Amino acid sequence: MDRIPILKLGGVLIVTIQVDMHDRLALALEEDLTTMIARTGARGVLIEISALEIVDSFIGRMLVSIAAVSRVLDAETVLAGMRPAVAITLVELGLELTGIRTALNVERGMALLKARFAEDGDGFGSDRDGLDD
Amino acid sequence: MTVSTTETLAIRSGDDVVRVRQRVRALAVDIGLGLVDQTKIITAASELARNTLDYGGGGEVRAEIVLAGTRRGLRLTFEDRGPGIADIEQAMTDHYTSGRGLGLGLGGAKRLSNEFHIESTPGVGTRVMIARWK
Repeated sequence: MDRIPILKLGGVLIVTIQVDMHDRLALALEEDLTTMIARTGARGVLIEISALEIVDSFIGRMLVSIAAVSRVLDAETVLAGMRPAVAITLVELGLELTGIRTALNVERGMALLKARFAEDGDGFGSDRDGLDD
Repeated sequence: MTVSTTETLAIRSGDDVVRVRQRVRALAVDIGLGLVDQTKIITAASELARNTLDYGGGGEVRAEIVLAGTRRGLRLTFEDRGPGIADIEQAMTDHYTSGRGLGLGLGGAKRLSNEFHIESTPGVGTRVMIARWK
């Protein structure tokens, strides 16, 4: 089965969605991400979607669900790189990405997460368990 | 109004929903829709294809390029032989859902289209038509 690769950079898990999401792929991503958060103690999840041509309510629900589960595991989710046409459509569709912070691009998304780590008195990029993997 | 192109796609699985999106994108580009309009009609099609699959138990979509004078449009008709919708007004309401969705499908698809028409008979099925004009 296809899977979307998850990269770990310090305390942040980074995912770039570059394929048209279908059901199984979406479910696999949610599972893989939550497993990775628990295993690595990541404090942030950055989902990069500049390649996505649409975000419909199915994908929106998946993103909201990932953010909600991540929050329970003490990790914040930032959605980066949404195309302007997708943003316009999303608003008209009436989809609210509850619990998800958004950033214009990956750089700003990382800055957002960094600011959160600083607030928590946590060094950027450090794992909670201090383990280096 | 005349129809210049017609094609029918089956909606039986999640992969078919992806295929519908890709085909709608190609047709939207063909009639010269701008990027935002393309995104809107593809998103609306995705919502309705998923409704057809999740609530209608599968079905099909007929995609047509229609001409009205000098205007070109893309018309999509989703049809299933599922349980039908008893209360269409309620089903059109945002956040109303009979299943596991967010309940934005019908209302959202209507907002994203220039034309929207729905007919449904309980026990017989549901047909939803949307159109987006250049």
